[in-house]
Amino acid sequence: MSNLEALYQEVILDHNRKPRNFREIANADRHVEGRNPLCGDQVTVWVKLDGDKVTDVSFKGVGCAVSKSSASIMTQTVKGKTVAETKQLFAKFHDMVTGKMTDAEREAMGSLAALGGVSKFPLRVKCASLAWHALKSALDGGGEVSTENEGPAQTQGA
Amino acid sequence: MSKRSSMAKSRQHVEDLNRPSVGHTLPRAPEPPPVSPRRRDFPMLAANPALFYLDSAATSQKPRAVLDAMRAYYEKDNANPHRGAYDLSARSTQKYLDARERVADFLGVVDTSTLIFTRGTTESLNLVATAWGRTNLSKGDEVVVTGMEHHANFVPWQQVAIEVGAKLRICPLTPDGRIDVDALRKLLGRKTRVVAFSHVSNALGTINPVADITQLVRDKASHAIVVVDGAQAAPHIRVRVDELGVDFYAFSGHKMLGPMGIGGLVGRRELLEAMPPYQTGGDMIEFVGDDKTTWNVVPHKFEAGTPNVADAVGLAAACDYLDAIGIDAVRAHELDLLTLITRKLGAIQGVKLYGPSDLNQRSGVVSFNVGDIHPHDLSTVLDQEGVCIRAGHHCAQPLMRRMNVPATARASVYVYNEAADVDALVRGVVRAKAMFAH
Repeated sequence: MSNLEALYQEVILDHNRKPRNFREIANADRHVEGRNPLCGDQVTVWVKLDGDKVTDVSFKGVGCAVSKSSASIMTQTVKGKTVAETKQLFAKFHDMVTGKMTDAEREAMGSLAALGGVSKFPLRVKCASLAWHALKSALDGGGEVSTENEGPAQTQGA
Repeated sequence: MSKRSSMAKSRQHVEDLNRPSVGHTLPRAPEPPPVSPRRRDFPMLAANPALFYLDSAATSQKPRAVLDAMRAYYEKDNANPHRGAYDLSARSTQKYLDARERVADFLGVVDTSTLIFTRGTTESLNLVATAWGRTNLSKGDEVVVTGMEHHANFVPWQQVAIEVGAKLRICPLTPDGRIDVDALRKLLGRKTRVVAFSHVSNALGTINPVADITQLVRDKASHAIVVVDGAQAAPHIRVRVDELGVDFYAFSGHKMLGPMGIGGLVGRRELLEAMPPYQTGGDMIEFVGDDKTTWNVVPHKFEAGTPNVADAVGLAAACDYLDAIGIDAVRAHELDLLTLITRKLGAIQGVKLYGPSDLNQRSGVVSFNVGDIHPHDLSTVLDQEGVCIRAGHHCAQPLMRRMNVPATARASVYVYNEAADVDALVRGVVRAKAMFAH
């Protein structure tokens, strides 16, 4: 499998075409908007909590296949987890997309492993982590987030 | 770079765009073809025959002549100009003066000292918005920009307007991405103090009729200055600033084969002389007293600190290179490639092209989208084929909102591009379509 095929696996393309939990949660406890200033991608993540447990999570927004599918898979993965478990998962996910994982560790990531191909494309790390940053901010009770400082340094030339 | 050039890819032509692809692969010639004479002038392109550089609207590649001129300056003529009382410093000063004359001549500016060297278009426009704007604008005044402006000709005006309480008015565009001149006419009036617009749009390639618009401003808004962002025009079409009749014209060196970090602002002399300085410090003073300072003459008043002689020398060499080809030949070459790109991309189902359909009103910039493939995904696929394009909002978010798209892909050409670059682009688009189709 080429790097490109690893990045755009069928499961990624599928989530891009049919994003799961692509909706608002009317009575959400928290929602946070995330932006990728480089490419104008925008995602809003809604979270419903029951005590310490994430009972529902959803997203909407515009973005590339990587950011959309990552958000979609994220919503499926964290539902039912505690806040602490979700944050741990984000830390692992971040290690995976930044190439700090062995193949075996990646395989243990379950459905999130589909995003493992991102590690060969450092410029796309911020796409993959946009929704996660928004989710983490929502769990922390924070506001709008930006992935400006995620991944290698980039600026917006003309 | 090395990864790409080691891949067996060629500057071949695509034989049949509509041939169904097998998996994600399309046929490629095994050997890169010979490098064309023009590409041989550009060390980056000569060393990488499998690099298909289609992002010259962002920055151009540099010919050896420019790199050599800069190196020669540092090896033979380097000293701080204006200050040293010795021959080497005099030589450096002369190099800087010569460069200013050379660039002024290239842009059709007779009064050479009204050309101020800056770091580029962004600094030039900030200079005008700050030094002229803060002095001359006040509450109730109107500043007109257009919906197609690069952030560099939008945000400085927006910010100075906020600061002084002036009103920013944004001229609408026609559906095909031109300035709506009838709408502009209605925006102009007694309160208009600034009309700022681009000569050529960086996102759509639209060539605006600068002289006509300037005349309209003179007729309808006699209190307004005309400020033109020429960053995308100076490299690609014949620009005679004096003949355009504008008050300020900004440009960048790095988009016209010169180095990064140098550009300029051409200003009307009486305006420049009346304006306060933009930055203060060395070189720009006449006399510094304990309590007050008087300014040096134009252009030095606006060039505080040690001048960027080496980059000015490089930019002058870039002007020599372009003049040796002839700017009209550059334009003709780009128009040929533009025609080829729009025809070949337009033939692919699902490709949407933005900007004026009359190619005579377009520079060598093609903004497009491929079905619902996000431009970022498209550029990642193209990058794997060695094709460099820009994907995103092109520092023109107000324009993207007006076109109602979050982003576009943008291919842009220059003197060193050829049919093989277009073919590689088309090949990559077809591959991306195959990957994302379902």
